[in-house]
Amino acid sequence: MPITEIIFWTLSSAAILAALMVIFSKNPVHSVLWLIVVFFAISGHYVLLNAQFLAIVNMIVYAGAIMVLFLFVIMLMNMNADQEPNKSKWMKMAGVVSGGSLMLILVATLKNNTAVAGGQEAGIGLIQQLGRTLFSEYVVPFEISSVLFLSAMVGAIILGKKEKGIIETNVSK
Amino acid sequence: MIPIHLLVINVWFGLEKLLLIGAIISFSLVVAMYTTFAERKIAGFMQDRRGPNRAGPFGILQPLADGLKLFFKEEIIPLTSNKGLFVLGPALAMLTAMLTSAVIPWGNQIEIAGRTVSLQVADVNIGILYVFGVVSLGVYGIMIGGWSSNNKFSLLAAVRGASQIISYELAMGLSLISLLLMTGSLNLKSIVEQQMQGGWGGLLGWNILYQPLAFLIFLICVFAECNRTPFDLPEAENELNFGYHQEYSSMKLGLYLFSEYVNMFISSAVVSTLFFGGYDIPFVDETTLASNIGVNLVALLGFLTFFAKIAFFLFLFIWVRWTIPRFRYDQLMDLGWKKLIPLALANLLITAVVILALNK
Repeated sequence: MPITEIIFWTLSSAAILAALMVIFSKNPVHSVLWLIVVFFAISGHYVLLNAQFLAIVNMIVYAGAIMVLFLFVIMLMNMNADQEPNKSKWMKMAGVVSGGSLMLILVATLKNNTAVAGGQEAGIGLIQQLGRTLFSEYVVPFEISSVLFLSAMVGAIILGKKEKGIIETNVSK
Repeated sequence: MIPIHLLVINVWFGLEKLLLIGAIISFSLVVAMYTTFAERKIAGFMQDRRGPNRAGPFGILQPLADGLKLFFKEEIIPLTSNKGLFVLGPALAMLTAMLTSAVIPWGNQIEIAGRTVSLQVADVNIGILYVFGVVSLGVYGIMIGGWSSNNKFSLLAAVRGASQIISYELAMGLSLISLLLMTGSLNLKSIVEQQMQGGWGGLLGWNILYQPLAFLIFLICVFAECNRTPFDLPEAENELNFGYHQEYSSMKLGLYLFSEYVNMFISSAVVSTLFFGGYDIPFVDETTLASNIGVNLVALLGFLTFFAKIAFFLFLFIWVRWTIPRFRYDQLMDLGWKKLIPLALANLLITAVVILALNK
């Protein structure tokens, strides 16, 4: 077996195992930590596909920033397995239906796809190539998504400020 | 590129890298050990006392004594703590402190028995981003340790530390972008080589001359990322008893305390690489010197120069610690978000405009 294949199978099994642990852990903090392991495994896959930039950005943004915020919230809420309220039957049914339909879509899209033979050309995932593609071919979607992020940020600030205002008016009354 | 390196596994290549990794790790640990000693000596000098002077001549064996003491102390794991994570915390802190050393070019190549060996473990073309990736993972050591101790003070300190590190990461990244605009490369080795091209044997090529503001912002952020005074809020002993490692004892506490010094050492190396020419010897043209006295000797001299730069920054860390008092939490956030980030953005804009004007 060539070494790329060995790495691929190791990373894939690690990713699937960690993803299962995310779901099966009783403790939400453990779930978050397993999710970080999943991101690491996926970053490894990106490196195998010769997309180093994507791999490291995946680590910085997801493992480094977003998961820290998740951990923050969960730690401060101090959620424990025994405090978790029992969900009603209907909730569970709705979860099964929505999860099942997601699964259906994933299977339907991936069923007829042949494997993408990516990453063979040298330099395809490198930062120069990526920058050129982003700012020439995909410049409009790129700019639109950045405006989307900006509006989300402004929205978050406004929500935060509004709440403060309400408290102040309540106090003054 | 990483995949090629991974795929072509050559026994000699592997052995070389393994030896290099071993050398760098043991070197970092020894330097970190003696930084603790230097810290106590300099603190003593600044406060008009002698500092440690009992173990060995001038107290030179003090770090060994400290380490042995930590190893022999009783290990206590709190009953209510989350045991697995409690052990994982200090291990992660140490691991993330050491990981960055892989991409730092510690010197130019050396020649052993006809083979050219680079003094850099991984010459990846996204070196800086790798540094950022590891820095952003550094939060987990603090957070996991603080949370799993199951102590309110530890948790508060961990949350403080995490928010501080996340906030200062932004300004750090922004200040570096203006530097990267100039170098046009994310590869740490090529950044060093570009600086070596400058006049006066490389001195005029150092990035500090062109990006002083970026350097200042970066340095402040490095202090914050290392949790050093004036940003040592996660371990503010008079507010939080001891901070995120309050429940730790024995060598687990030692690892936490020690990882701070390893972090200082590695960050000093990063700052010297980015802004002070790395292993560049000022006033000396390395290529002509190499033809006179040989490549290996030049690599050694380069490494010594690099180490002198690192030692200066280590001294700066200690100097600042014993000079400036700690920030209040709101002052810390104010400085990070309202001062450093706009300043870094302005610097970025000016750099971009100047580069655009000069190219046309």
